[in-house]
Amino acid sequence: MTAPAIEAVDVTRVYSLGGAEVHALRGVSLRIEAGEYAAIVGPSGSGKSTLMHLLGLLDRPSSGVITVGGRDATSLSDSELAVLRNETIGFVFQSFQLLARTAAIDNVALPLLYRGVAKKERRERAAAALDAVGLGDRKGHKATQLSGGEQQRVAIARALVGEPQLLLADEPTGNLDTRTGGEVMETLERLNAERGVAVVLVTHDRDIAVRTGRQIYFRDGLIERDESKAVAAL
Amino acid sequence: MRLAEAFRVALDALRANRLRSLLTMLGVIIGVGAVVVLVAIGSGAKQEVEAQVEGLGSNIIFVLPGSVEFGSAPSISRLQLEDVEYLGRVIGNPEAVATTVSSGETVSVGSIEVFSTIAGTNENIPNVFTRPVARGEYLTSTDVDTRRRVAVLGSGVSDDLFGDIEPLGRQITIAGVRFRVIGVFEEVGSAFGVSRDGEIHIPVTTAQQLFGVDRIDALAVKAPTIDDVDPLRRELLDALAEKYPDEEFSAVTQSQILGTLGDILGLLTLVLAAIAAISLLVGGVGVSNIMLVSVRERTREIGLRKALGARRRDITVQFLIEAVLLTTVGGVIGMAIGIGVSLLADAFSPLPAVIAWWSPVLAFTVSVAVGVFFGVIPARRAGKLEPVEALRSE
Ligand SMILES: Nc1ncnc2c1ncn2[C@@H]1O[C@H](COP(=O)(O)OP(=O)(O)OP(=O)(O)O)[C@@H](O)[C@H]1O
Ligand SMILES: [Mg+2]
Repeated sequence: MTAPAIEAVDVTRVYSLGGAEVHALRGVSLRIEAGEYAAIVGPSGSGKSTLMHLLGLLDRPSSGVITVGGRDATSLSDSELAVLRNETIGFVFQSFQLLARTAAIDNVALPLLYRGVAKKERRERAAAALDAVGLGDRKGHKATQLSGGEQQRVAIARALVGEPQLLLADEPTGNLDTRTGGEVMETLERLNAERGVAVVLVTHDRDIAVRTGRQIYFRDGLIERDESKAVAAL
Repeated sequence: MRLAEAFRVALDALRANRLRSLLTMLGVIIGVGAVVVLVAIGSGAKQEVEAQVEGLGSNIIFVLPGSVEFGSAPSISRLQLEDVEYLGRVIGNPEAVATTVSSGETVSVGSIEVFSTIAGTNENIPNVFTRPVARGEYLTSTDVDTRRRVAVLGSGVSDDLFGDIEPLGRQITIAGVRFRVIGVFEEVGSAFGVSRDGEIHIPVTTAQQLFGVDRIDALAVKAPTIDDVDPLRRELLDALAEKYPDEEFSAVTQSQILGTLGDILGLLTLVLAAIAAISLLVGGVGVSNIMLVSVRERTREIGLRKALGARRRDITVQFLIEAVLLTTVGGVIGMAIGIGVSLLADAFSPLPAVIAWWSPVLAFTVSVAVGVFFGVIPARRAGKLEPVEALRSE
C-alpha cells in the first residue's frame, strides 16, 4: 500500500472564546488511505467540521501533527500551506461557495489560477472537469443561474480540477433534497471509483454514511468508533 | 498567480460593482481635475502677465519716487518735469526718457460719456514703449512745450466715443476742457479686465494744468541693450541722489518686475494646487474607506480563494490592484476633464489657462501613489483573513 493520503496524529483544537476554552477536538488520530472513501458522522458540535478544517490545512491544530503524503504540514508557513492545499486537497462545502457572478467554468478553473496554470489550459481542464460531473452544457452559466444540485456539482468539479489526492466534503448534501443529494453522492462515488481520489465526507444522513466504505463516529471531540467494511476493490 | 491575472481579477471585481467604483473614483476625479485646472489657470495668469510686461517694450527702467519695497511708508519725495530733462542730460540720451502723470477723468463726445485713464506724457513714449499708433500721429515736443490740447486715443475708448466715425480731427471733452484728437493707438488687448486700450494720452504739461498738479508720477527710460540696463539703472539713481540728497527714489527694471510678478503668481499657483491636492487626499481616504467595506463584504470570497490555494500575497496584491486601478482610472478621467475644462476656460472665459506638461503628469503620478498608499491597509487586512473564519462569515 502507498503512503496515506493524510494522517492526523493526536490532534487537539482548542478555541478560546473570551476567557472560556472550547475543546472542539480532544486528541484525534486518523489515517485516510489513498483512494479511500470515508464518512464522518456524529452529533452537532462534536467537532466534525473542525477536523475537516484541520485535514484541509485551513486551520492549525492546537497540538498534534497533520501529515500530508508523509510530509509534516504543521511546520509549514501559511503560504507553503496554501500551495500544499492547492495541490493535494479539494473542498466541497455545504453551502457550495461559488462566486455568484462568475461563470461555472471560471469558478471551476479558480484553483488552477492560483497554481499559475495558463488561461487556455485552465479552461480546457475546467471544461473537462465539468464534463466529468455531467455539466458539460452549463459551462457559461453563472452560479445564480444553476439549481442547488448543479451548483454542488460545479463545486465538485472545482474540487477535482487540480487532481487532488483528497477530497473533503462537509455535509455536501446538507442543502439539497434527497433526490439531488443522491445525484451528488453518485457523482462523488463515481469519481472516487474512477479516479482513485480519496473522499472524506461529513454527513448527518445514515443512508449516505452506509454507502461509504468506512464510518467514523464522532462524539465530544473524540472518535467514538471507526468501522471499516472490507472493501472488495482493495 | 501572475500579475496580469491579478489585474484581470481586480478589474472583474470593479466591474461587478460599477456604480460604486465610479462613485469611489469621483473623489479622485475631482481632485485630479481640480489640480490640473487650477494649475492651468495659475500658469496661464503668469504667462499672460509676463507677456504684458514684455509687451511694453524691452530694456525699460521705471523710475519712481519713494521706495517700492513691501511695507515701506508712503514717500513724500516727488519727481518733477525738470527731472525728465535732467536725467536725459545725465545719461546723454534725452529721447530715451518718457514720463507720465495720470488721473481718471470723464471724457465726452456729444451725449456720450465715458470714464477713462488720462495719461499726461511726453513725446518720447514711442521711443521707450512698444505702442504703435494706428492712425494719425503721436504727441510731438511742440505739443508738450506749448501745452496743446490734443489727444491720442486708445482703440477701445475711440470705439466707445466714436463708433464707426473717424475720430481724427474731432473734438472730445476731458474734464470739461476740449481737446482735438490727433491719433488713435493700435489695439494692444487686455488682461484681467484692465485694458490699456482705454487710455487717452495728452501732453504732460497740459495734464498737469488740467489735474492741478506740478509733479509727475514716473519716468521710463530705455536702455540701448540688455547689458546697459543695470549700469543705466545705477546711473539714474546716482543722478537723483545727487540732485535730491535727502530723498528716496526707486528704479525698477522690467526683469525685476517680471521676477516679482513671477514669484507672486508662482506662489499663487502653488497655493491653488495645494488646495486642490487636499481634495485628492480626501478622494484617497474615500478609496480606502470603500475598499475596507469591500473587504468586509467579500470576506467569504476571500476565504474561498484561500481555501482553493490563494496565498496571503495573492489576496493582498489583488486588493491593492483594485485600489490602484480605482485611483488610476479616476486620475486619467480627472486629467482628461481637467484638460478639457482648462481649454474651455481659456477659450470662453476671461481666465487664461495654460496646461503645463508637468501638472497632468504630477496629478497622475500622485493618484497612483494615493491608490497604493490608501489601498495598503484594506489590502493587508484582506490578505490576513483566516480562511476558516472567512468561510464561516455570512
Ligand atoms: N471559531 C470558533 N470559535 C469558538 N468555538 C468554535 C469555533 N468553531 C467551532 N467552535 C466550537 O467547536 C465545537 C465543534 O464545532 P464543529 O463546527 O466542529 O461541530 P460540528 O461537528 O461540525 O457540528 P455540526 O454538525 O453542527 O456542523 C462546537 O462546540 C463549536 O461551538
Ligand atoms: Mg459542521
